[in-house]
Amino acid sequence: MATNSTTTEVDVTATINRRTPCQPPPDIGRRHLLKRAAVAVALASFPIALRATPEKMRRAMRELLGSRPINEGRVTLEIPALAENGNSVAMTVRVDSPMDEHDHVKAIHLFAEKNPLPRVASYYLGPHCGRAQVASRIRLSDTQDITAVAHMSDDSLWSASTHTIVTLAACIDPYN
Amino acid sequence: MLNVRISAPESAAPGQLIEIKTLISHPMESGFRRDAVGKPIPRNILTEFVCFFDEREIFRADFFPAVAANPYLSFFTRVTASGTLTFQWTDQHGQVTREARRLTLVAGADGP
Repeated sequence: MATNSTTTEVDVTATINRRTPCQPPPDIGRRHLLKRAAVAVALASFPIALRATPEKMRRAMRELLGSRPINEGRVTLEIPALAENGNSVAMTVRVDSPMDEHDHVKAIHLFAEKNPLPRVASYYLGPHCGRAQVASRIRLSDTQDITAVAHMSDDSLWSASTHTIVTLAACIDPYN
Repeated sequence: MLNVRISAPESAAPGQLIEIKTLISHPMESGFRRDAVGKPIPRNILTEFVCFFDEREIFRADFFPAVAANPYLSFFTRVTASGTLTFQWTDQHGQVTREARRLTLVAGADGP
């Protein structure tokens, strides 16, 4: 009896082994469809319309700062090049300014081009700050460019951008 | 009342540049997330932070949903007199959380 059952088991495995390597499993089409459906659901739960684009970011900048030219320079924006968790990314922004009565930073505005809302934060400073440097933690929904614009006391605008790769995006994970 | 943590020196020399760090416990719910059944989670964020030295505003911040939970801020100020630093956070419903720290001017304490 014992020998009989062993033989049967061996037979079953042999059949499976014989079939799998040469023939594709019959349900591969269904699997493929399921995978595509999952992707579709994931996309639908985070509508494209909510995502900002560089265009949307530029519009947000113009609404806030008007049509004055934005120069590059004088601003240093420090964000890790690789952010593992988009829910909390360390950010330091520094502006090259003497910070005296005649020449100081009035405001620093932060923008993220692919966040659902491109505006991240604004900081308002004055000559009594002594040093134009602010640090905080921000959320990033995707790998993207982050831009800081400094508004000087002479109303000139200066900016810097940093590219950051985000491995775990903020605001798409529904469970935490 | 939200839990607040502030790091600021108790004393400083005239003209000294000091760093102030603040942390407040708040979920900063962005309004873009959905719960386990797909229902949108309503936005609940702090929208404004202001730091006063006595009556004068020395630093202000506008927060948007992209500010991480438990907002942290670090900024600087140059000390010219003894006074009180007041920290004030306002949420989207207008609820205010306030905290104060005394700062005393000490002649030549740590140098400028």
